[in-house]
Amino acid sequence: MEFRRPGVASFGLIAISIGMLAVIACGGSSTTTTSSGTIKVGLLHSLSGTMAISEVSVKDAELLAISEINAKGGVLGKQLVPVIEDGASDWPTFAEKAQKLISTDKVAVVFGGWTSASRKAMLPVFERNKALLYYPVQYEGLESSPYIYYTGATTNQQIIPALDYLKSQGKMKIYLLGSDYVFPRTANKEIKAYAAANGMTILGERYTPLGSTEYGTIVNKLKAAAPDFVFNTLNGDSNVAFFKQLKAAGLTDKTMPTMSVSIAEDEVRGVGVDNLVGHLVAWNYYQTTDNAQNTAFVKAYKAKYGATRVTDDPIEAAYVQVYLWAAEAAKANSVDPEKVKAAAGGIIFNAPEGLVTVNGDNHHVSKTARIGIIGSDGLIKEIWNSGKPIEPDPYLKSYAWAKGLS
Amino acid sequence: MEIWVSQLFTGISLASILLLVALGLTFTFGQMNVVNMAHGEFIMAGAYTAFVVQGVLGAQLLSISIPVALVLAFVVAGAIGLLMERTILRRLYSRPLDTLVVTWGVSLILQQLARMIFGAQNVEVKAPSWLSGGLALHGVTFPYSRLFILAVVVVAIAAIWFLMNRVPYGRQMRAVVQHRQLAATSGIRTHSVDATTFFVGSGLAGMAGVALTLLGPIGPTLGTNYLVDAFLVVVVGGLGQLPGAVIAALALGLLNATLEFNTNASLARVLVFVAIVAFLQFRPQGLIALRTRALR
Amino acid sequence: MRWLAPGRLVFLGIAAVAIFAAPQVLPNFYLSLLAKYLCFAIVAVGIDLTWGYGGMLALGQGVFFGLGGYSVGLFLKLQEAGPHKVPDFMSWSGVDILPWFYEPLRFGWVALPAAILVPALLGALLGALVFRQKVRGAYFAILTQALAAAFVILLIGQQAFTGGTNGITNLHYALGFDLNSPDVQRGLYVVTVVCLLGTFLLARALVKSRYGRLLIAVRDAEDRVRFLGYNPVHVKVVAFSISAAMAGLAGALFIPVVGIISPAMMGIVPSFEMLAAVAVGGRGTLVGAVAGALVLNYARSTLSDIYPGSWTLLQGALFIVVVLIAPTGLVGLFAWLRRQATRIPRSPFGARPQEAF
Repeated sequence: MEFRRPGVASFGLIAISIGMLAVIACGGSSTTTTSSGTIKVGLLHSLSGTMAISEVSVKDAELLAISEINAKGGVLGKQLVPVIEDGASDWPTFAEKAQKLISTDKVAVVFGGWTSASRKAMLPVFERNKALLYYPVQYEGLESSPYIYYTGATTNQQIIPALDYLKSQGKMKIYLLGSDYVFPRTANKEIKAYAAANGMTILGERYTPLGSTEYGTIVNKLKAAAPDFVFNTLNGDSNVAFFKQLKAAGLTDKTMPTMSVSIAEDEVRGVGVDNLVGHLVAWNYYQTTDNAQNTAFVKAYKAKYGATRVTDDPIEAAYVQVYLWAAEAAKANSVDPEKVKAAAGGIIFNAPEGLVTVNGDNHHVSKTARIGIIGSDGLIKEIWNSGKPIEPDPYLKSYAWAKGLS
Repeated sequence: MEIWVSQLFTGISLASILLLVALGLTFTFGQMNVVNMAHGEFIMAGAYTAFVVQGVLGAQLLSISIPVALVLAFVVAGAIGLLMERTILRRLYSRPLDTLVVTWGVSLILQQLARMIFGAQNVEVKAPSWLSGGLALHGVTFPYSRLFILAVVVVAIAAIWFLMNRVPYGRQMRAVVQHRQLAATSGIRTHSVDATTFFVGSGLAGMAGVALTLLGPIGPTLGTNYLVDAFLVVVVGGLGQLPGAVIAALALGLLNATLEFNTNASLARVLVFVAIVAFLQFRPQGLIALRTRALR
Repeated sequence: MRWLAPGRLVFLGIAAVAIFAAPQVLPNFYLSLLAKYLCFAIVAVGIDLTWGYGGMLALGQGVFFGLGGYSVGLFLKLQEAGPHKVPDFMSWSGVDILPWFYEPLRFGWVALPAAILVPALLGALLGALVFRQKVRGAYFAILTQALAAAFVILLIGQQAFTGGTNGITNLHYALGFDLNSPDVQRGLYVVTVVCLLGTFLLARALVKSRYGRLLIAVRDAEDRVRFLGYNPVHVKVVAFSISAAMAGLAGALFIPVVGIISPAMMGIVPSFEMLAAVAVGGRGTLVGAVAGALVLNYARSTLSDIYPGSWTLLQGALFIVVVLIAPTGLVGLFAWLRRQATRIPRSPFGARPQEAF
């Protein structure tokens, strides 16, 4: 095949491509947010790719909140119009779609993200454009952007209380097992510091590649180490493989108890209820959490999406964050990000997880920590909670043993 | 002591899993020079077959669900593979590298179809009671699920060996691999042999999927977890050579288990890759190679 | 007047439009998007060199792309951190002293060439090791895939030094320029265009030279080339190395344009998509590589807007259709259409109409 002289038609392809972009650019919508009686809000989650497993439900929760708010009259008398984009489990795509939502669709706020990598990719976009992002997932802390609101738990609202619980139960020998990415590694650093300060021993710390499905060696190591508890920060498919193989090796919740922070009701079915019965998890909300708001929320969610669907912590956090933004906008009497920010601090909301308060300084919310046990019906029952909501401390400044971590 | 035995068994179990996913590939890649990037999705199809079978049979018949699923998955995955071969791959036999792009496209479609039919979340396949738990000997537990996979692999290899060496049709298949044109002039219908080979190869992948439901997740991205490893086993073992694949799987499985035990899982995978590149320096044709007159 | 040949005029025309007109016409968002696509076009040119002209199916270009991106990314982070300090992602992981092998990256005159040279050297090393043993075709493809997979795992595992799954993000300044200002973004776009044009011209010069003929010969009949006395290993290593350098350059441009580089951009799937761009556009024609990259990425952006969940179906169908029906890609399709349009109709007796007179 000789080198073909590029014909004019071939170059034309490139010209067409640039032309197409230009056409889109000129034809793009440029309606402002507060005109014509509607407010556009952006929903940015992975609807395809590996992360879609978890994020589709989160998007559904946000849509539920939007429809409920609209039914009650909307925000500032205007109806909310969701603009949904797919992050495709690809971080530059998250940044690209975030930019598109802000500059082309001109949304008032974006609800989105799941992995820390997606949030970190979007952070510069929101700071550069001075637009707001609400992020509903538990994460490793050590961040507090002025333009992001973190409605999921930070480590002192999930992991530290879990460690407090283990300590109170006398479980002092811990084995750390996690997927190899930022959240487990950072979390385990904090766990090790806590352990050193509280007399707990860390028997081992192992990481497996994301998506790994082979846990034979790990199970052998766990058997040999015989810890009181395994602190499990595995993610996604790895949890399925790990628990199946743990059970196959004859280890149960009595002989190898685990405390997980990435298994919620939505994941239980995929792992297999039989493999998880009796194991513990640490979150701030369960479908079984007992209060009037939650009963209504679960009922509404199942009514809209099907009786077999379940609610869990990220789903609830996504639902709550829409209401929080609506409340802040109402208090500020505007959807302008700067005014909303100014009005955010101190907003209180009666959420399905209990009372949450927005912290205006670090942009997190106060949350009650709850330890749950997985039941044979696939739902999680609370066995301990922190009593009152815990104030968020993403940099762990209030913990003496955490000095030098951030 | 127990831990060494446990770890050795883990290595052998890992080898059996590698061999299981690579068996089908030795046929399609080895015999037919088709780079089937959708192989992982055939495994996924088999796993979802198990899910459907369990749903249909219900809780009463749970104990026979896995064997039934094995047979059905062979047929289902084989049928999908056959369809792909007849419609798409048949036109590409002169261009083996193009099969890579095409089968990647097929894998994307199959993944998305799975997502649309079964949902994006992982689905549950329950292990029947006779496959739960393990055989406890002297303090070491040999999980029944892993033993079952080992048994499936052994039976599959025996069946393939029997097919290739004792059945006349198998001789035809071997002839087509060794010299396609000569086989055609000898009267063998090479197109029909190709179709059968692909059917068998894909069917084996489907069976692998059923076996893997005992140990791992069942979701649309299931195939991507095993694809690269399967190809590496075939490459190291030597194209189309069943004994080579067996030895390669054993070597890679034991190596991975040893490295993971002494370092960590991530480093183990990287080192295994380095070992493979180094191995190919000395023996680029793989462990057991077909002796041909080609320069290679 | 050969320098006025139609091909060159069109090339200059496109270059002029891209450099001068586009920044005026397109809003910033689309300009940045186009710059991102152009980065992938640079990778595509390199892949076309190895695959289209050299017959080496390289499915691991993401590795070289990432190496270029990480070199520049680390340099930018170190600049922002300041002398004797470490970037933020390192201090989050508890590393407060910069490892010695990162010290040279503090200097631009090391980091920027390293973005191109390190991938080139790695490509040359890998090529020398692998091609010497006559590992070809599908084997080579599988090996490059495994390399991509292994590299990603390695980078994710070394979170303290590479940022792990987050990669390198949160960049504010580059060489004193504020990366967030629209003017700098426009400037980066122009730099990207110039780099693409330069890469294209370099590749074209290569394929039209004697080396190019040798490369095509190696692709079509490697053993014959060996019998003729040449060493095909050298030929292939040079091509592979150059394409690795191009991928590294693309990565180096990608990070200031998009603002992030992470292992997710280096793995099997993105590497495959870089190759698919060349397959769709038309391999063996450099223009096809560029066109394919632009078309494929543009389709990705728009289709994922219209069909957020299910656009991967269309993507898969596109691959199948293109390879089956238009193996020479979109460029080949255009050429075929042109031939059809200008074809002289044959009379039933075989003689052409003019010949009858």
